[in-house]
Amino acid sequence: MNWKTTATAVGLALLASSGLAHAEGALNIYNWGNYISPDMIKKFEKQYNVKVTVTDYDSNDTALAKVRQGGTGFDIAIPSQTFIPIWIKEGLIQETDPGKMENFKNVAPEWANPDFDPGRKYTVPWAWGTIGVVVNTDAYKGPANSWGIIFDTPDELKGKVNVVPEMNDVIFAAIKYAGGQQCTEDKAVLKKVRDMLVAAKPNWIAMEYNTIEKMGAGDFKATSDWNGSALRQRLANPAIHYNYPKEGYGLWSDNVVVLKEAKNVENAKLFQNFMMDPENAALNSAFHRYANGIAGSEKFMPADMKDAPEVNIPADVKSLGELQRLCSPEIQEIYSKIWTELQK
Amino acid sequence: MATAEEIARAADRRDIRNRWYLSAPALLTIFFAAVGPLAIVLVYSFLTPGSYGDVKWQFSPEAWVSVLFERDIFDDTLSLAGAHISIFWRSVKLAIITTLITLALGFPTAYFMATRSEKTRDLWLFLITIPFWTNLLIRTFAVLQIIRNEGIVNTVLMKLGIVSAPIQILYTDVAILIGMAYVYLPLMVLPVYASMEKLDFRLVEAGYDLYASRWQVLRRIIFPLVKPGVIAGSILVFIPAIGAYVTPSVLGGGKNMMLSNLIELQFGQGRNWPLGSALSITVMLIVMVALLVYVRNAGSQEVRHG
Repeated sequence: MNWKTTATAVGLALLASSGLAHAEGALNIYNWGNYISPDMIKKFEKQYNVKVTVTDYDSNDTALAKVRQGGTGFDIAIPSQTFIPIWIKEGLIQETDPGKMENFKNVAPEWANPDFDPGRKYTVPWAWGTIGVVVNTDAYKGPANSWGIIFDTPDELKGKVNVVPEMNDVIFAAIKYAGGQQCTEDKAVLKKVRDMLVAAKPNWIAMEYNTIEKMGAGDFKATSDWNGSALRQRLANPAIHYNYPKEGYGLWSDNVVVLKEAKNVENAKLFQNFMMDPENAALNSAFHRYANGIAGSEKFMPADMKDAPEVNIPADVKSLGELQRLCSPEIQEIYSKIWTELQK
Repeated sequence: MATAEEIARAADRRDIRNRWYLSAPALLTIFFAAVGPLAIVLVYSFLTPGSYGDVKWQFSPEAWVSVLFERDIFDDTLSLAGAHISIFWRSVKLAIITTLITLALGFPTAYFMATRSEKTRDLWLFLITIPFWTNLLIRTFAVLQIIRNEGIVNTVLMKLGIVSAPIQILYTDVAILIGMAYVYLPLMVLPVYASMEKLDFRLVEAGYDLYASRWQVLRRIIFPLVKPGVIAGSILVFIPAIGAYVTPSVLGGGKNMMLSNLIELQFGQGRNWPLGSALSITVMLIVMVALLVYVRNAGSQEVRHG
């Protein structure tokens, strides 16, 4: 064999192998920890003959910073609504036009045209939920549908309240309790918020994320929390109740986006479409315990979620929910100063 | 033909070159692992924060100003940054107390170990290193299980009728101190033991022969001789304690920030990377000053002995 045939053979072999790798297919998902159903992944892998790899992040800021540096090798990320406008503005995600995909018809009307992505040009709903107040009714029997549990703690709960340390969520709630609007530029309101937070802190026992375990063990008797977490707490201890604060509560929504640097764009699009199928969305919800924004997925949900008050917002408090936004950098700076002062 | 001088010079040059080649791996490691990243942190501390994290390439001393001073959110006056200073102070204070606790517990432990027979000494040493086999996070969670309201300590105290309601230890500074003292204790015991082991116990005997009391022997003979070990141990405990992250956030409940939490805030939700960088360098400066003080003290001591 002369060198030419050798080279051709090697070249052909390389082509064949790369072709093979392509046919097998891969999909790299960058997601929050403990937030994707293994059963659903298996189903997707089987259906499309694609190998799925999941990598965790712990906050929107981490995910944004890492993807912005580039070269991550991820195809898909699941950022929250507050961050999606940044991802779009910084050109980190591509316009895959889910609004025109086959399964888009299943998206619930209230999530079909959200402010953070008008016309659903980039994103597909993954999960959404609320942030409210969780109380152990063995420790406190009074009315709990107020942020007052956190910011004006009743005597029975003093020294037993936890606050989940999400800066934006806490300040959103505090502004609502102080009678303001989110991202307010009214210094008088912000000052009131700061004073209120500083005065409330001595009644708190901790500022921790690990609420499911600590509410269960009785270290905390009340906490601010996400609804899915509250559901898991109630299933472990029926005395634990989730409450929608009457001053107004925050709504959030995490969404599937395809990165600009994605190498497996077609698989990523398949995944976006796959997620809008009610059965698949329900499979995912059964794992992460949040609603998914796909109409018709309810009937595939596990029985304990079908009429859970944590997942299905009662009609009388529906209007009190408000989708949280990302505030301007100036307001955000004031937030982080208030936050530092709160935790000094 | 080359003169003897030229040959010698060439050999010299070759020698110097070889020395550079041989030290190149070490120099490169130092550059890429220490100097390079530090230089990036230093440069970032003089830039302007980007709107949503990251930095804008625009010079600004603002980050350094805000390490110590803060513009009031509401009336725009510049004053001492009370929040930062109190966080700094809390970290330094807890690190110093941790060092003292580990010294108080570690010194007798090391003395006990050093006075055993040679065979059993190895066993004790081995026992001291066992905690290192387990991840820091897991050890911290173990402490949490012990001191929490429904943990072992409170259950036993309540069963014995000593207290009627659980004592709130978890989520207090006491919990942080218990955790840090436990985690860093081996770092104190090992260097103290190392210098205690070399101690000539005939000197101790001589002291007793000269009618020194136990306290005098400890203070005048043992302590001066193991002082280098005590200093090394204190440095080893103080430095990681001042930057501790896991222990304060798990046991302290995250209500009161430590330096590391404050820095993390700037790179995360606070979106102020330059301030985070400036704060990191400030921590390094504090540690450096502490080290200088130690070294000075140790040095002057030796002069006096000599």
